[in-house]
Amino acid sequence: MIEVIGLNKSFNDRQILFDIHAQFVSGKPNLVIGASGSGKSVLFKCLVGLLIPESGQILYENHDFLSMPYDDKLKLRKQIGMLFQNNALFDSLTVEENVEFPLKMFSSMSAQERKHRVNECLSMVNLVNSNHKFPAEISGGMKKRVGIARAIALNGKYLFCDEPNSGLDPLTSRVIDDLISQLTADLHMTTVVNSHDMKTVKDIGEHIIFIYQGKKWWEGSKSEIDEARLSNPELNAFFQASF
Amino acid sequence: MNFFTEIGQYFLFLRLTFRKPQKWSVFWRILLLEMYQIGIGSLAVVALIATFMGAVTTIQTANQLLTPSDMFPTQLIPKFVVGTVVSTSSILELAPTITCLVLAGKIGANIASEIGNKKISEQIDAYEVMGINSASFVALPKIVAGLIMIPSLIIVANFLLMYGGVLATKFTSALTYDDLILGARLVFHPEYVRIMMIKGFIFAFLITSLSAFQGYYTEGGALEVGEAGTRAVTRICVFILFFDLIIAQIFLGL
Repeated sequence: MIEVIGLNKSFNDRQILFDIHAQFVSGKPNLVIGASGSGKSVLFKCLVGLLIPESGQILYENHDFLSMPYDDKLKLRKQIGMLFQNNALFDSLTVEENVEFPLKMFSSMSAQERKHRVNECLSMVNLVNSNHKFPAEISGGMKKRVGIARAIALNGKYLFCDEPNSGLDPLTSRVIDDLISQLTADLHMTTVVNSHDMKTVKDIGEHIIFIYQGKKWWEGSKSEIDEARLSNPELNAFFQASF
Repeated sequence: MNFFTEIGQYFLFLRLTFRKPQKWSVFWRILLLEMYQIGIGSLAVVALIATFMGAVTTIQTANQLLTPSDMFPTQLIPKFVVGTVVSTSSILELAPTITCLVLAGKIGANIASEIGNKKISEQIDAYEVMGINSASFVALPKIVAGLIMIPSLIIVANFLLMYGGVLATKFTSALTYDDLILGARLVFHPEYVRIMMIKGFIFAFLITSLSAFQGYYTEGGALEVGEAGTRAVTRICVFILFFDLIIAQIFLGL
């Protein structure tokens, strides 16, 4: 389980996150939702270590990510896979080489074993016959699949997806959502999805955290959200605006 | 960011960069690629500039020293003096400094924009999330490749500067091949070559590290990547000229 305790983050004099407390449930898709500028991307970057918060704790299985020694942090990071909003595929490498990259860096697999694992990951995301194409030669949806394949290549415990549907048409968005949900279940990963798309919430959100103006405004399960909307005008307004 | 903050950030960047590579086999492969791009990729431009510069320097020096004037009658200055001037200025200044100023534009802008582009497209973040020291991964192979290839290019440039001078003697009656070579041999001093190589290593380090630094801290979009390239080239040129002066004063100052 991932747990956030009392997280505060500011840039210069502007505070972005205010005393965030949240839990991300193991083995399920957890969604962080909120309007643009609400601070969810900052929270997301703090969770994966790209930003350092001023105060608070981020516990991965009860171990504080922020205070753990450098070597332990490196070990933990190998358990983390991330799908970036803009995919962040290495543009000088082919699809196959992108997925192979973490294996080359962190595994002792032979070239043959790596190739086998790459093909296995690409087939998990339903991407075949594109191994030798460069990122510039494939569609947005395919790039997302390659990003997911790269994120799961090392068989990590945690998958972070930053706005997985941005720039995709509704149909492809649905496919990517289903893929994330399916991989979470099949690989028993703890998945955290950052999204402002209520369709994603409806489709795959098992545990939802709503961020409003840098504060955790609401946290609960998908089944609870409709009831919560009645007593939570900010959540309701966000929900209504999405449809 | 003020000047002193930037200097501090540059040294922090260097401290991050000079770490043991996480996987040597990957590092060697990237290093070879970078050596090819920096060395072989710049050979043509260096060769062209050095040859022409050698020829022009020879013609202009011959014109200035061998043209009769009231103060310096021609017969007082032997023709081989042109060779001494051309060879000494080639070794001490033209080969290391001018070559590196040219390479600052070619390699420096290239490195800054390549790393800057990786930064704005979140590729640097992707390395970090994977647990890779991104500064070391993207910058160290470029710096090491520069330290190997740029001094090598300077040596090549030095030979081609003299070759340019030799070519110039074919087109002028004021100076012969023998005069040029005699002058070059008369003043050749191994210490000059040592100074040239010291300059080469320092300038190579400045070109690669400053451009990687500018690229690594790029924020924004395509416009900022372009600005990072321009900023890198400007700063490299200023620092090359500054260190050129310092080295000249330390090793040759009277």
